[in-house]
Amino acid sequence: MNGDTPVNSPLPADIRAAAPHALEIRGVEKSFGRFPALKSVSLQAHDKEFLALLGPSGSGKTTLLRVLAGLEKPDAGEVRFAGEDFLALPVRRRRVGMVFQHYALFRHMTVAQNIAFGLTVRPRRDRPGRSEIADRVAALLKLVQLEDLGKRFPSQLSGGQRQRVALARALAIEPRMLLLDEPFGALDAQVRRELRRWLRDLHDAAGVTTVFVTHDQEEALDLADRVAIMKDGELIQVGAPNEVYENPADPFVYDFLGAACRLPGTVTDGRLAVADWETKAPKGAPQGPVDVYFRPDEVTFAPADGAGLAGEVRAVAQRGPDTRVDCVIEGRTFELEARGPTLPAGVAPGLSLRVKPLRPRVYPVQP
Amino acid sequence: MRTTHLAQSRLPVLAVLLVLASVAVMTLLVLLPLFTVFHDALSKGVGKYLASIRDPDAISAVKLTLLVAAIAVPINAAFGVAAAWCVARFEFRGKNALLTLIDLPFSMSPVVSGLVWVLLFGAQGWFGEWLIDHGIKVIFATTGLVLATVLVTFPFVARELIPLMQDQGSDEEVAALTLGAGGFTTFFRITLPNIRWALLYGVLLCNARAMGEFGAVSVVSGHIRGLTTTLPLHVEVLYNDYDFVGAFAAASLLASLGLVTLVLKTALEWRHAGELSAARRH
Repeated sequence: MNGDTPVNSPLPADIRAAAPHALEIRGVEKSFGRFPALKSVSLQAHDKEFLALLGPSGSGKTTLLRVLAGLEKPDAGEVRFAGEDFLALPVRRRRVGMVFQHYALFRHMTVAQNIAFGLTVRPRRDRPGRSEIADRVAALLKLVQLEDLGKRFPSQLSGGQRQRVALARALAIEPRMLLLDEPFGALDAQVRRELRRWLRDLHDAAGVTTVFVTHDQEEALDLADRVAIMKDGELIQVGAPNEVYENPADPFVYDFLGAACRLPGTVTDGRLAVADWETKAPKGAPQGPVDVYFRPDEVTFAPADGAGLAGEVRAVAQRGPDTRVDCVIEGRTFELEARGPTLPAGVAPGLSLRVKPLRPRVYPVQP
Repeated sequence: MRTTHLAQSRLPVLAVLLVLASVAVMTLLVLLPLFTVFHDALSKGVGKYLASIRDPDAISAVKLTLLVAAIAVPINAAFGVAAAWCVARFEFRGKNALLTLIDLPFSMSPVVSGLVWVLLFGAQGWFGEWLIDHGIKVIFATTGLVLATVLVTFPFVARELIPLMQDQGSDEEVAALTLGAGGFTTFFRITLPNIRWALLYGVLLCNARAMGEFGAVSVVSGHIRGLTTTLPLHVEVLYNDYDFVGAFAAASLLASLGLVTLVLKTALEWRHAGELSAARRH
């Protein structure tokens, strides 16, 4: 971006882990009228970390982001950035670069004017000269790959281009933290995927702490260093993408992070029984009646006399590289997935078979 | 296909009839009176027309009208922006009550809008005695005319801006704040440019009404010639004096003002449709 920001993270991962947190959120609470939007949320982010706030709508993730930006004042709690009391600072002094779902570009300004805005509104003594601003705008346009569009107006750009301008505008102020509020929410799937990798590269190059709000679990798992999953104003689980995907803390997280199948089961003395299928219970499984979860694509199919859950195939549909198998197990229909273009033997509509979940997870029965 | 064919063959006849009917009504109700104004004003020749306009009372009426509008319109522009900003950006108790209040002058007879000032500041009014004691004249003076005009015209700007600002949302302003802009900078560099055409549109309508207002100012004016008669009141005074050329000459000025407003308004709607509130996008 410019000379004084490091291109790569200067600290090895192990030192970074020991370093003090750049962002410290402690016990933040916020209600709107009688609706509690945030219930005592505590969360940290390392310097230069990419943190995703993931949750369904109404989970409080956007409210938390707005608290970080200074757009909402929490009822209780503490927010520190680099040791500084962030809540005591007004929005304009926090130097956070914010990117909005609907771009929020200044419609009456050109792309170049949009990007320069944060520099031109500085008090005179801190304001860079006219030619320096122009240079920085040109560098940022290059960074977001829109070199030739500086003179256009936002209305003349596509959604993906607009969001790149918004990002360039946010980066122009050399933010200490980037806050992204569902930045790809209004874009179509193809553009989203393209921008995702690009955003991650940009984050690595710019070297800023980034907090990214999304309700798209694939996006969060793909992009972030760590994912914080929220529900009803509470933080449910925080961890690396793989960690939360492999070890969801509760059925909500399991369900939210991917397609899920659920069946009732029982755990006794380290053995898990689901209908007439018995297997070793996963580590740390609670005793007694449980809910058994498995991913529809993490199953193997076996003949009816083999081991697994007894099921009956209802329909089979080829879907690109995978095959969808609609299967009735214990009276419920599940949409299972078989990897690869060829179906295992014995999987055809109307046939009975055995379905064996590869990695079942068990949770206490929800009240 | 068949329905469109049917529609295409039938529509022209119906359409032509409707257009003709509209033109007839427009001619009868709008163009004819407008023509009469200019016709009667010029009925005794251009010399007489110009003399009526150059009459000292007429000139002072024009000046007073301009003065009242020059005070009332900026007040209402400022109030309109403030009210629209409040309503569009914040959630608060009594928001609907405020919206209703803003609309009140539209639903209330202008005579009442004039009368309230007489009841407050007239010689027999609530503050009448106090004002007399301090030698302040509100009723039968320019102050009263301004107050009455402000009250009658205050919905125009606010009404124009509220839907637009609600539609635009506050994202751009919030973005400006996060980029380091202060409140004033944000207002003058983001908010105002985004609403400028709608504001101009509202100001235009507000101005037309301010200059043309009759009922409310009539109550507070006292019709003192050369002192408290605005242009519309001047028309009435002359008309009651059977000075038809003078009355229509003054009326022609008002009609011209209306025509200029109409042209500007149409130009705004045509050039800046996207930046006017949704209801104005034709």
